[in-house]
Amino acid sequence: MKKELKIFDNPRNVKILLLFFYFSLAVLLVIDFFIDKHAVFGWEGYPDFFAAYGFISCVLLIYIAKLLRRFVKRGEDYYKGRVGHD
Amino acid sequence: MHFEALNLHLPPGLIFVLGAFLIPALRGRVKSAFMLLLPVLALITLLYTPMGQHWTIGFLDYELVLGRLDRLSRVFAIIFILISFISVIFALRVKDDVQHTAAFAYAGGALGVTLAGDLFSLYVFWEIMAVASTFLILARRTRDSQAAAFRYIMVHIFGGLCLLAGIVLYVQQTGTASFELIKLSGPASILIFIGVAVNAAIPPLHPWLSDAYPEATITGAVFLSAFTTKSAVYVMARMFPGTELLIYLGALMTAIPIFYAVLENDIRRVLAYSLINQVGFMLCGVGIGTALAINGTVSHAFCHILYKALLFMSAGAVLHVTGKIRCTDLGGLYKTMPATALFCIVGAASISAFPLFSGFVSKSMIISAAAHHKLAIVWLVLQFASAGVFHHAGIKVPFFMFFGHDSGIRAKEPPFNMLVAMFLAAFLCIFLGIRFDLLYAILPYTVDYAPYTGAHVVGQLQLLMFGALAFCLLILSGKYPSELRAINLDTDWFYRKGAKTVASVADKGLNWLNAACEAVFARQLPAMIGFFFDRLPAAVLLFLRLVPPDGKEKESGASGDRLAEADTTVKAGLLPIGLSALAAVVLIVILFFKL
Repeated sequence: MKKELKIFDNPRNVKILLLFFYFSLAVLLVIDFFIDKHAVFGWEGYPDFFAAYGFISCVLLIYIAKLLRRFVKRGEDYYKGRVGHD
Repeated sequence: MHFEALNLHLPPGLIFVLGAFLIPALRGRVKSAFMLLLPVLALITLLYTPMGQHWTIGFLDYELVLGRLDRLSRVFAIIFILISFISVIFALRVKDDVQHTAAFAYAGGALGVTLAGDLFSLYVFWEIMAVASTFLILARRTRDSQAAAFRYIMVHIFGGLCLLAGIVLYVQQTGTASFELIKLSGPASILIFIGVAVNAAIPPLHPWLSDAYPEATITGAVFLSAFTTKSAVYVMARMFPGTELLIYLGALMTAIPIFYAVLENDIRRVLAYSLINQVGFMLCGVGIGTALAINGTVSHAFCHILYKALLFMSAGAVLHVTGKIRCTDLGGLYKTMPATALFCIVGAASISAFPLFSGFVSKSMIISAAAHHKLAIVWLVLQFASAGVFHHAGIKVPFFMFFGHDSGIRAKEPPFNMLVAMFLAAFLCIFLGIRFDLLYAILPYTVDYAPYTGAHVVGQLQLLMFGALAFCLLILSGKYPSELRAINLDTDWFYRKGAKTVASVADKGLNWLNAACEAVFARQLPAMIGFFFDRLPAAVLLFLRLVPPDGKEKESGASGDRLAEADTTVKAGLLPIGLSALAAVVLIVILFFKL
């Protein structure tokens, strides 16, 4: 039997990964102040605009999707109701 | 090397379509070699054919052009052949000849559409595509796939008929059948637009895609992800560049499907929704229509075909080895399928447009074009959709298949040929992200664009990473929509449920009308007419006899007898009509011949 990878079974590794992730976020926030921008729209020039926009977009995406689910969710056999006469 | 010797001097689309029908005649390694050879021959033929019009055939008063090569059609033809080669490797072990034949005929149809120089051959190849691709869904041979294939072909027949009607009107109005730029005005162009929009999956005409692709065979879905929508993007770029409507339809198309992709449980359906979202970017570029935007659209189609096929291959590989494809059934597969997981992550990074991956060098062109055009709202929607793509296709797809909760499944890596195909696609995704200049060199217009500026890279990374942060926080806090065994209604509801209403209205309304007509015209009316001619002469006769020549009223009481008598006279043909009729006929003959 082939050996299994288990690196993410260890909570410590997951923690390290998350720490690395948070650290890179911090770097991105800081580095933005040293970037030469040629903003077409005013807001593009705001510091860390894209970080805020990305975060807000995804939170909105999830909450709107959850709202949408209330209206569109159906059982897996919703369309199968009367199909299949055999 | 003299590849020139392998130039078949045949339209590449026909090489595929004709080759497709030889496949069932071959066996074993010869068949595999032949299938791998076909894309190679098509590519060599394409590359050795100079720009211009080739393979023209006279047809009635028109000219069919099977090979119109310019900078727009060539780049699409190249990527179509390239992805056929990779997909064939992925499908090499499939034992079902129907799938191989259908796949090549389908790819040949897409190539034919791309290289067509007139509207008639465009239409013929368009329909070849529709019919051949249906078999890739049918070949799954499940009840769901049969039903989905039926809906799929019905939608495409509708689209094809719109296109045909538009073409006929257009040819009749303009007197030319050449496949060139037309503006969106008048019924002919609107019908053509709708026909193409069906294949491009523009909402609300999109649900055939998310309905049918997940029901296709494992390898069929890889082919399907490449051709239908992208050949429609090509036709849009050829006929309707700069159409403002497309900007807004495209922007809408990037945003709407991502909500569904977040909720969807079936991984291949998540990918289908993200496919629609990506085509939205391309159509938005067509709508903007500037050189930068068209370059962005074409390069995005090129990159997209590779990473979308890669994602469908990795999902297909998981389905192949586990037999499962729902988020709720999968998870933790990285433990035994690290290579597939890695390829999937490359595809995910590419579709999310991470710097150094292919999506970044193409999508940023379209978004920059929107900015140059001062389309503020559209720009915001496209950026929102970019963050959203990373969310569902970039994180969700690899996370729920390969990481997330451990499903306990310990499946092996897929067969070697599948790994090779995924490797090739993954390699190209990274290669194009780095050597983007090679792609830029074959785009329709000269490129004056630098994707890797500090502002682009940091802006994009911030957008993606903070989108990922949102995912992380929502997952950790349990606010992320849970994986559910459920489906989500889309606009296909209107024909899937609506069709029943239509059928019942048709049944109750039209069949009632039919029955009523039958009752009146087939039964009651002939009876009445029969009765009328049966009884009328006698009644008239009787009436005449009741009023005798001398004007005196005869005694009543014997009228019943007289009626019976008159009736007998009529039925026995004893009325003294014959003589006068003969006289009338003789008179007419005399008059006619002026005797």
